[in-house]
Amino acid sequence: MESLGSTRRSFAPWLDPNAEPYIRFENVTKSFGDFAAVDDLSLTIYEREFFALLGASGCGKTTLLRMLAGFEKPTSGRILLDGQDLLGVPAYRRPVNMMFQSYALFPHMTVEANIAFGLKQDRMPKAEIADRVAQMLKLVRLEQFAKRKPHQLSGGQRQRVALARSLAKRPKVLLLDEPLGALDKKLREATQFELMDLQQELGLTFVVVTHDQEEAMTMADRIAIMDRGKVMQVATPAQIYEAPASRFVADFVGAINMFEGEVLEAAAGRARIRDRSGVEFSLDNGGDASAGTTAWLAVRPEKVQVTRERPDGAVNAMEGEVWDIAYLGDMTVYNIRLNDGRLVKASVLNSLRRIEDALTWHDRAWISFAPDAGIVLIR
Amino acid sequence: MAGTWGRFNIVALILGFAFLYLPIILLVIYSFNESRLVTVWAGFSTRWYVSLFSNRGLMDAAWVTARVAFISATVATVLGTMAAVALTRYTRFRGRLLFSGMVFAPLVMPEVITGLSLLLLFVAIGFERGFMTVTLAHITFSMCFVAVVVQSRLLSFDRSLEEAAMDLGATPVKAFFQVTLPVIFPAVISGWMLAFTLSLDDLVIASFTSGPGATTLPMRIYSQVRLGVTPEINAISTILVGIVTIGVIVASLVNKRRRVRQWRDEQTAAQI
Repeated sequence: MESLGSTRRSFAPWLDPNAEPYIRFENVTKSFGDFAAVDDLSLTIYEREFFALLGASGCGKTTLLRMLAGFEKPTSGRILLDGQDLLGVPAYRRPVNMMFQSYALFPHMTVEANIAFGLKQDRMPKAEIADRVAQMLKLVRLEQFAKRKPHQLSGGQRQRVALARSLAKRPKVLLLDEPLGALDKKLREATQFELMDLQQELGLTFVVVTHDQEEAMTMADRIAIMDRGKVMQVATPAQIYEAPASRFVADFVGAINMFEGEVLEAAAGRARIRDRSGVEFSLDNGGDASAGTTAWLAVRPEKVQVTRERPDGAVNAMEGEVWDIAYLGDMTVYNIRLNDGRLVKASVLNSLRRIEDALTWHDRAWISFAPDAGIVLIR
Repeated sequence: MAGTWGRFNIVALILGFAFLYLPIILLVIYSFNESRLVTVWAGFSTRWYVSLFSNRGLMDAAWVTARVAFISATVATVLGTMAAVALTRYTRFRGRLLFSGMVFAPLVMPEVITGLSLLLLFVAIGFERGFMTVTLAHITFSMCFVAVVVQSRLLSFDRSLEEAAMDLGATPVKAFFQVTLPVIFPAVISGWMLAFTLSLDDLVIASFTSGPGATTLPMRIYSQVRLGVTPEINAISTILVGIVTIGVIVASLVNKRRRVRQWRDEQTAAQI
């Protein structure tokens, strides 16, 4: 497992200017009547990449996936796979396979027959089909369920049959539409890692559609955040979380505190911002802010400190009152109400078992964060 | 029981069932009547069943009806299924409303009009009336019933099954025959049985479109009744009632058993 983890970390073809993208969406638009489900979208995905399309329902992520599978035709634009234009190639001739959200197992066929279906379409010799089916059943650990029908299986088993069926033809690209959506939390977490290992082992390109950010963060090499048919940002999970490109992305992934203010000074990457309530902040990561404009300072709750007194030498600090406390065991989330009524969220890791002197409701408290803890967003 | 049901409910139930089944029960009882007179009971006998099987006219008519019903139900099922697929799949083609209206119009069209218009058509194109024309007429009017039954099944059919088949390399035609058709097959069979029954008991349209040598059983019974009801008619009617009853019971038993088994399978699957 450790070796897989390390290859994973060094995998970054998108940084290599000579790397050729494997899948290319070029200015793809898909309209249903007046509504553009996908709007002039361009995107590149590399070979062996685990790529996630993340967005709320109706953002166009599933439409994008269905266009790649061949179930929808783009209204305009091109989709290329390994240099070949997919326009005019019907779904049944594309070297991609899809795992459906509903699994779409054939109810009248056994598990075995479901997995063999695609191979039979290719007129593969019988003995070879049997071999491949056995291999797939082993891969998803369902050997003893070969003769069962889908309705005789549990949800997790069905999911694995669907996976085995979509992998049986050894597609170049596997598309997964909300692959873990129908599983309960525990099974979902276990399956996430199974999928990642499988993708590494088989060396496939995975494109997964999900609305679950934790799922996307865990599994994907890169994530595309989508909203209203457009890609808002494509980046690694860490970049998405720590360096969101816009307020939308910052707000969509995880929790964040946002302060709107005027940029007083911006030079050499540093910025000074005066908040609406008159408090001044200094940031090391000024982003693209320029003096005299409006910008937003964004800081994640876990990067905010909560103290009874103003910490010595704190650059960015505000006073308030403890408004809400959510004790989660491993950490505690405080909602601090500032003097002007705004709430700031701070999550504090409970690294010590200290109970006495804990902050409690209506205590006065200071929130503060380091100059490099927040980022400045101009969009 | 009586306390919770109430006297009114029991009376209503008895009257309701009597209204529905008394005529049929009378018919069955009198088919075993010894007497030639239909309304006078003269002891139990099966002689009318024996004489029924030596009545060539009735037996021929029964054979014609069976063949017409089988062929028309089969063809109507194929056409009706195709129409249902077209209506559920291609939701945005030009003239769809007209097409669906035309498919379903015979449902509400008075049979007399359907029969008369078919008769006029056959006369106009000089088609000799007989076995072929009755069969064609039955296909025409039972097709829309099949289309309704199959369409309602297709509406709840998960289209991603078909997409999955195509994704795995099946052409649209193969996907239909290997995945869609097997899944909706129970509905297709129901449609076939409905078409078969409709053809079996149709009198009006058959009277218009049939010719010499192709008299169906309902036509035969009707013409004999005009000369007076004979116990033979009671006997053949009892046989028909028996066939239909057995058919309904078998169908519902099979259905119920399948549902119970499926339920049990799902329970065990959930426990694994």
